Amino acid sequence: MINFQYLRTTTAKSAIALLGKDKNAKFLAGGTNLIDLMKRGVTAPEKLIDINHVPLKQIRQIGNKIHIGALASNTAVADHPLIKEKLPLLSRALQAGASAQLRNVATVGGNMMQRTRCGYFYDIEMPCNKRQPGTGCGAMEGFNRMHAIFGTSEKCIAVHPSDMCVALIALDAEVILANAKGERKLSFKDFHRLAGDTPQLDNNLKADEMIIGLEIPTNNLAKNYHYLKVRDRASYAFALVSVAAAFEIVNNKITDVRLAMGGVAHKPWRLTASEIFLKGKEASLTNFEQAAQLAMKDAKSFGGNDFKLKLAPNTIIEALNLAKSKA
Amino acid sequence: MKSSEQKPNQGDSRRDFLKKTSVITAIALTPGTAIKAAENNADERFAELFEKIPLKLTVNNKTYQTTVEPRVTLLDYLREELHLTGTKKGCDHGQCGACTVHVDGQRVNACLSLAVMNEGKKITTIEGLANGDTLHPMQAAFIKHDGFQCGYCTPGQIMSAVACVREGHANSRAEISEYMSGNICRCGAYPNIVDAIIEVKEGGETV
Repeated sequence: MINFQYLRTTTAKSAIALLGKDKNAKFLAGGTNLIDLMKRGVTAPEKLIDINHVPLKQIRQIGNKIHIGALASNTAVADHPLIKEKLPLLSRALQAGASAQLRNVATVGGNMMQRTRCGYFYDIEMPCNKRQPGTGCGAMEGFNRMHAIFGTSEKCIAVHPSDMCVALIALDAEVILANAKGERKLSFKDFHRLAGDTPQLDNNLKADEMIIGLEIPTNNLAKNYHYLKVRDRASYAFALVSVAAAFEIVNNKITDVRLAMGGVAHKPWRLTASEIFLKGKEASLTNFEQAAQLAMKDAKSFGGNDFKLKLAPNTIIEALNLAKSKA
Repeated sequence: MKSSEQKPNQGDSRRDFLKKTSVITAIALTPGTAIKAAENNADERFAELFEKIPLKLTVNNKTYQTTVEPRVTLLDYLREELHLTGTKKGCDHGQCGACTVHVDGQRVNACLSLAVMNEGKKITTIEGLANGDTLHPMQAAFIKHDGFQCGYCTPGQIMSAVACVREGHANSRAEISEYMSGNICRCGAYPNIVDAIIEVKEGGETV
């Protein structure tokens, strides 16, 4: 690992001041993705600002919103009674991610900031438009079994590997960001980006901003929900395809529904057309099948990941079935 | 080397930057020699490469006060500086769990944590688990149930297993498998490891 300047701070204000607009500086929280990338030479920041002592770990309800500090650990969020009771989908998604050891140190903000990535991004001998813009995409005609089927670009077909973020986009979360001038809110669905012509950018966080936390509106989705993650082994592997499904049924009709997928795009992928279709309808297998079909409308595969065209709709249907049978 | 660092303009030097930022509440751990390097117009980045940061932490109830390069991981610090080689380096990328230790009671991968991030923390390694010559119940159970073959993953497995029981995640074989999934055993001793954990959990001893 190339050495760097290490700074430690105890307030968000000073963390933001230390960051300035320095493109070679990065915040260090859990470090589970950043330190790994630094070891492999994928990234080499000149300055790391350790923000682990900044008091942003609180999890609480204020009015009809649940607030989660950016530095709450994945374990703390997943195990918190408030999250388990009010946002069980988020709890389940978190438990499906990484390992117990990683979840203990990985933070909410860090989980969001982990790189959209693939094996070619990690291997510095390989071409990768994300790591080194203009060098080409090794995956496009290479090994692309894990790769995207939605919102792909000619430049990059890597996927965002987070499970937590799939639940957060489904739950209409908002991100609180701060810089030296003040705070702003960003809808979670607008936080991450598609690759487009700028695959080097994973999200819309500005160079002088810090993630302060999340606000998630309370909902009636705690009864019928499921997070289904399909992967190569039963635990501790990235998703081939994952689905967050939750709905509310009143008088046999779906009144609110959330559907999102992981492992299929450069960002967490919300299935808006399927949600619109399901709203007001019965929670029946036929409707689930049609919703899954709608979700796959613009899907495109690249050889190695052709199987996802079948796996994805099947996973959507199964997740909806499991969410239904929970009640 | 970046061109911006070669600017002769001392007004933009890192020293000045650090002076400015020191008025806010940041603890800028600026090594003295970096300042000296700046005063002598030497290249700061070059000087920085050899800088060490003060570090105080407790490992197995013994407190260490030392200095360490920021890039040194907790794993390398334990093994190379403290010669506590029980904690193993497997993949060095957080994928195998061989380096699992407890930090303030929580299991973590020591390979993905910088030593300097652990300032003031209490670390327990496999060497700190036994009480003198009396094995920790989990160590004894691993021996009884043959919970290992080559033994390389075992320190990490045992540290993780102790945490698994303490966390309350050892209530069934399925739950144990799920919560032990961050520890890979290439010999495939998994069934015996689960047996060992179940025995400790059902034994009800304080772990």
